Amino acid sequence: MPPAPSRQGECVITASSPPAVELHGITKRFPGVVANKDIAITVRKGTVHALIGENGAGKSTLMKILYGMQKPDEGTIAIDGEQVSFSNPGEAIARGIGMVHQHFMLADNLTVLENIVLGGEKLYGIGAKARKKIMEISDAYGLGVRPDALVEDLGVADRQRVEILKVLYRGAKTLILDEPTAVLVPQEVDALFDNLRELKAEGLTVIFISHKLGEVLKVADDITVIRRGTTVGTADPRTATTKQLAELMVGAELPSPETRESTVTTTPMLQVKGLTMAEAAGVTAPLPVAPPEGATDDTYVHESVPVGRLLLDNVSFTIHKGEVLGIAGVEGNGQTELIEALMGMSTPHAGVITLDGTDITKTPVRKRREGGIGYIPEDRHRHGLLLESPLWENRILGHVTEAPNSKKGILDPKAARKDTERIVREYDVRTPGIDVTAASLSGGNQQKLIVGREMSHNPKFLIAAHPTRGVDVGAQAQIWDAIREARREGLAVLLISADLDELIGLSDTLRVIYRGRLVADADPATITPEELGTAMTGAASGHLEATDNDSAGADGDATEDEAR
Amino acid sequence: MKKFDKDRVLLAVAGPALALVSAFVLTVIVLAASGVDPIDPLRVMIEQAGYEDIQILIVNTAGFYYLAALAVAIGFRMNLFNIGVDGQYRLAAMVSAVVGAAVTLPGPLHILLIVLVAMGVGAFWAGIAGILKARRGVSEVVSTIMLNAIATAVIAWLILPKNLGFQPEGSNDLTTGDIPESGWFPAVTTAGGDIYGFTFIAFALGIGYWFALNRTRFGFDLRATGASESAAQASGVDAKKMIMTSMLISGAVAGLVGMPLLLGESHTYNLSFPAGIGFTGITIALLGRNNPIGIFFAAFLIAFIDKASSGLDTAGYAKEIGTIMKGLIVVAVVISYELVRRYGIRRQQQKVGEELAAGHAIKTEKEVAA
Repeated sequence: MPPAPSRQGECVITASSPPAVELHGITKRFPGVVANKDIAITVRKGTVHALIGENGAGKSTLMKILYGMQKPDEGTIAIDGEQVSFSNPGEAIARGIGMVHQHFMLADNLTVLENIVLGGEKLYGIGAKARKKIMEISDAYGLGVRPDALVEDLGVADRQRVEILKVLYRGAKTLILDEPTAVLVPQEVDALFDNLRELKAEGLTVIFISHKLGEVLKVADDITVIRRGTTVGTADPRTATTKQLAELMVGAELPSPETRESTVTTTPMLQVKGLTMAEAAGVTAPLPVAPPEGATDDTYVHESVPVGRLLLDNVSFTIHKGEVLGIAGVEGNGQTELIEALMGMSTPHAGVITLDGTDITKTPVRKRREGGIGYIPEDRHRHGLLLESPLWENRILGHVTEAPNSKKGILDPKAARKDTERIVREYDVRTPGIDVTAASLSGGNQQKLIVGREMSHNPKFLIAAHPTRGVDVGAQAQIWDAIREARREGLAVLLISADLDELIGLSDTLRVIYRGRLVADADPATITPEELGTAMTGAASGHLEATDNDSAGADGDATEDEAR
Repeated sequence: MKKFDKDRVLLAVAGPALALVSAFVLTVIVLAASGVDPIDPLRVMIEQAGYEDIQILIVNTAGFYYLAALAVAIGFRMNLFNIGVDGQYRLAAMVSAVVGAAVTLPGPLHILLIVLVAMGVGAFWAGIAGILKARRGVSEVVSTIMLNAIATAVIAWLILPKNLGFQPEGSNDLTTGDIPESGWFPAVTTAGGDIYGFTFIAFALGIGYWFALNRTRFGFDLRATGASESAAQASGVDAKKMIMTSMLISGAVAGLVGMPLLLGESHTYNLSFPAGIGFTGITIALLGRNNPIGIFFAAFLIAFIDKASSGLDTAGYAKEIGTIMKGLIVVAVVISYELVRRYGIRRQQQKVGEELAAGHAIKTEKEVAA
């Protein structure tokens, strides 16, 4: 039963009707690990119930159980007071449970209407009746969905609304939203919360999974905290603070990405001048751009992207020794292309890249790596690891020509293994040995291995793309420490992250990228996530100064978010 | 640590063992279903292998099977499916036989020239598929299959007497002329017959294959590209160059497949030069899991089935039983390797899970202490 170490912000309103969802004693074991242990949650009807916990705490497993994707080993599920047992999502949907996944499951080349009716053709057909129903739902909850827009033309926030509508269309009365704000900028988050309040007002129930505490306090009616697979307490959002929640969530104080004392020198390490890259003609990639300010409440359909547009447009910046340059931007605005150009994986059409005084514009990837570029890729599975290979071979990856991995073209497995053991030890990679495959490690441990590997070659310049994405809080702190440590010793870092707190906390200088251009710069000491978010949508440019008005209101938010 | 290694060896052996046992059971079932005594043909085959001349035959066959399988395995390690080994080795054998017959050089040099020409031709033919893949993204599966057919046609045309071939007196065979004795590779003579000298070079090449793949930077890059092209690229491998290089090496090794026979016995390329070894090589590479030792045993097994099954005719059974067995082995290999692989992954995740659980426990104690 919930040990509830601290506060019990329970149902103040005595439920006149049975709770929408009641989970009792849920336990789920996977080979070797207990994912959920004796979980008890009561979700009142017509409320937004937040489920918080750090990555890997067991939130997703629990929701998969509720959604019928997994069967619990023990425990009961009651919907509207009635005991149920789901063996697949279809049965859960039939009982009015709907789930909006973190990664959208939409077909880009179909219209919104087509996406919504897909798989639900029996409900209202695929024609006028379906359209009418969609508009009805859209109007009822203020979703502002346009049925005939192509999904590939929609921004992230609009796609999310389509996903929500898709679930409602299938008759969901209880919506599970898995980390819905992870992909949104602050303004879009507010718009989403307005939508959630509408849903709530209409009597629907929302289960909101998150680890961003500031947001949770803004929108939730009830909060349940999960730690290491079990419910450790509930909290009342009207009285709880982010700090209390954080401590409940982690069982200790949360790490903060703050770097205070400056280590920036005047020696330029990386200089980029006029970097330009155009999209290959004939290829169109959707550009998930957020709507500009003022359009957040309404659906904003983007013009389709012209062929051959500039992915990077005259990008210039300098990173000095000991400096962390943070790049903020909505994903898909040129960050990937910038990284690829700096790593040498793709050739820019114009521009010069200089590393430590040497022109490396035409240098191949391997030479750049040997020359001192470290790389923490944004997608570690695709670019950072050989998933099916043992850890020690992954330690060689990317540094096969360097000591201790090889000598004169011949590999030195003994030395590589020994060094892998050192990395495992120093960076606290949790593994039974260095012969297990990378795939069997958790995300945080994989990332620690990558960070350890890149730092082991004393890079002059580090590209850190989303270094703590999908990483648990403990590993997050260790990774931040590693970056800060190296920065003190003169490392230049290019930090790209969707986590605005991380960006503001770690960076010495901030730039905003929008449609391939660096449109704004900001001082991380004074900027707030909200202001940064505005600039990310292209609504602000130039040097961002915190206006007095803004900073007063935003400061509170910032402290809240720091604690997350 | 040690225990983990033992597990890995067990898992590595479990796959082939499971495959062979199930292939054997399936063969028995097929035989029984076709109304033949299910055990007796197998007894006949084993009895066949007792004869010394058959044994020599098996060793020699295993030699060129081994080369073919190595050629395929190099491709496999980099995620390339070189089905064109067949065309590559036949064209290589034919052209090198022509060159060998046309020149006279001191012994070792003559052999070296023939071998180099064969490797060059094999690499060239595979390289066509490599260029198509690297430059145009053409699947190597399609292009190498087509190149096999083209090689057949090119050989048939080149070997015409009006081009490069000869028609011996009183025969309807076509040959490329005889290689003078300086181009013959010395054999090891035993009571049962001659073992081609080149067979030993074939097996020695297995060691080179192992070293190149597991102990050199190039081999690491090649395996990394095979495991994840995107990760390899990010690590500094030029994927296009890697496609080209591995295709060229695979083709060069394929070019050697005809050498034991050409240098050791036939000394000419004629219409009865064996075909289809390239496809057998795919089976063997699969069965041997691209591992030089695994391939060694697999090559012997398949050579045994091939050579011992020819004796089935005289015992009153269809020798196609051997072909059926090979087919069943392929099916069994694919299924059992996948089963064992999944089991291995599950097992490993379980261990990692235990480790994590243990780690958490330690952490919790620390917290309590703090």
